[in-house]
Amino acid sequence: MDSALIPKGVKRCPTWQFALWIGAAGAVLLWGVFAMLLCWFKGLNQTNMNDSYGFALWIWADLAVIALGGGAFFTGFLRYIVGKDELKNIINYAVLIGFICYSSALLILAIDIGQPLRGWFIFWHANVHSMLTEVAFCLTCYFVVLTIEYVPLILENRQIDKVPFFHRLGHNMHEIMAVFAATGAFLSFFHQGSLGGVPGVLFGRPFAYREGIFIWPWTFFLYTWSAAACGPCFTILVTWITEKITKKKLVKQNVIELLAKISGWMIGTYIIAKIIDTLYWAKVTAPAAGFNLMDFYSNNPFYGIWILILEIVICGVVPALILITEKGRKNPVTLMTGIILAVLGACVNRWVMVLQVMAVPVLTFESWAMYYPSWQEVATTILPVAYGVILISLSYRYLPVFPQEQELNPEA
Amino acid sequence: MKEEQNHEKAKRYGMVIDLDKCTGCGACMVACMAENNVPFKEDESKKLDSITWLRVYKLTNRKPFPDTEICYLPRPCQHCGGKGNHGHSPCVSVCPATATDYSKETGIVSQIYTRCFGCRYCMAACPYHARYFNWWDPVWPDGMEKYLSPNVSVRMRGIVEKCSFCFHRYQIAMDKAYYEGRGELEENEYQTACTQACPANAITFGDLNNPEHAVYELKKEKNAFRLLERLQTNPKVYYLSNREWVRRAGDNYLEKEKK
Repeated sequence: MDSALIPKGVKRCPTWQFALWIGAAGAVLLWGVFAMLLCWFKGLNQTNMNDSYGFALWIWADLAVIALGGGAFFTGFLRYIVGKDELKNIINYAVLIGFICYSSALLILAIDIGQPLRGWFIFWHANVHSMLTEVAFCLTCYFVVLTIEYVPLILENRQIDKVPFFHRLGHNMHEIMAVFAATGAFLSFFHQGSLGGVPGVLFGRPFAYREGIFIWPWTFFLYTWSAAACGPCFTILVTWITEKITKKKLVKQNVIELLAKISGWMIGTYIIAKIIDTLYWAKVTAPAAGFNLMDFYSNNPFYGIWILILEIVICGVVPALILITEKGRKNPVTLMTGIILAVLGACVNRWVMVLQVMAVPVLTFESWAMYYPSWQEVATTILPVAYGVILISLSYRYLPVFPQEQELNPEA
Repeated sequence: MKEEQNHEKAKRYGMVIDLDKCTGCGACMVACMAENNVPFKEDESKKLDSITWLRVYKLTNRKPFPDTEICYLPRPCQHCGGKGNHGHSPCVSVCPATATDYSKETGIVSQIYTRCFGCRYCMAACPYHARYFNWWDPVWPDGMEKYLSPNVSVRMRGIVEKCSFCFHRYQIAMDKAYYEGRGELEENEYQTACTQACPANAITFGDLNNPEHAVYELKKEKNAFRLLERLQTNPKVYYLSNREWVRRAGDNYLEKEKK
């Protein structure tokens, strides 16, 4: 039925099967939209947030998807600026995943604020001292860049490409894509960093606070670094999941391994910096505020020292060692283990820097604050996942996302 | 420009609360809520989303009977001066929309309700939990809206609010002073509702910079302390207590620093 829209030379599932798939994802999406409307019309009393937990699941989701969407800017940087030509075979997908991540982040932010209609105040009444202002500006600008990077792919659709104007527009946009990739890398450095600055500047919260250079706390640099390290891993993970669902090889293994190798070295260097940062914080910064390291990891039902070990050793050192070694990359099981651990590592880091910060008592006569999300928070957090599945499915079906697909699947 | 035109000496309004006098009666909390039109819920049993600009904490020395001691600690917004006392309070510096501001003229941290869009970053930044989010629109029992103070705007759902040191009282007092051709206020012309409501006279309020105000000397007492001084938030609320354990409860200490 929709064969005229499907790229030439590739095989896609029957329309009914695709419709069923989209329908299932759409049902989840509608559930999320319902929860979103509840939050918008009834207010944030629909959540389990409270005055101790002003930041909770949504801010974590925001920080996590932006970190994982970092694959777009870093792969773009490697492809267009560094000149790693092989990565042209995965850059489309990296951009698409980045686009989904960033649009999701903006949507979650729109639900998260108490007065969504005043959201524009962040630009109009901007406080230049606030890291959140920097986040808002860079995030919005980078989302525009990602849109510009995604548009040429849409223009490559078989039917759209037949229109001479769109054909030329797409071609010309490809020609200047390096400029946007460089702009994206520049913007990403700042917004990933300023997201790190969000907890890092909180000098009233010793669990989050870090010293740094000039106005930038160390978390500024660590967030950029970890996003560049773990973002490509998320691109690889989503590619792998797509390959499993479509039962096809879509990207050549050498491309995956190259990206995994670069990620491995990035994770390795990041985790060394993170360990140094943690040691300095534990030995100098936190004690200056009157806290021992273990004060942050005891006397509560959830946050034990295990979470620090999970983040730094299991989801940091281990994936770095796996991905740095050729043996680790060549074995599909260890490769995917390393990739999944790295993705998990970025998520755990963002979790502790948002939710554990809120949980740790600062006043001596207060106690740990625990939190679990309401179904409305869970639904609105799953909403972007369903949206991502739908956008990926539509893009995969109708756009030439994977340049190597035809070569890798000649039987089609 | 505003500062150039101001020829008066900058004020630094603050409080000194004598914890040895506080009985924990809660009159200050009630006065604060009535004065500032603070909304409440039908069911106030869940305190984590209740709004209490001034909250009285109950502290114990954690010793078993008969050595148990209790101390009640009223905690308004601390109106922090921030690191170096330059007005970069933990909350003011992070607010993305400049919806909370530090007045160089009075040292008071304000909250601009019509500008706040409810991101709650200031709440995450405040170590004193002095900031509260309006999770609901305020609902007043029938007829009670007639008792609301016309000097303080009520707040809508989705924004943050906090203690303002009854700033509207400062504005009214200053209006009167200007009308009378004065640029300065007498100590008793501007007092917060909680200060006036305290039956034990535990709260003293005034200009910390003004030697004629009682707080000027009180804050220098050897038993005076502020909450979480080590964080360099520079609060303008001082506490007094002769009890060592109460003063120690004001901050965090490492094991080796404990007596």
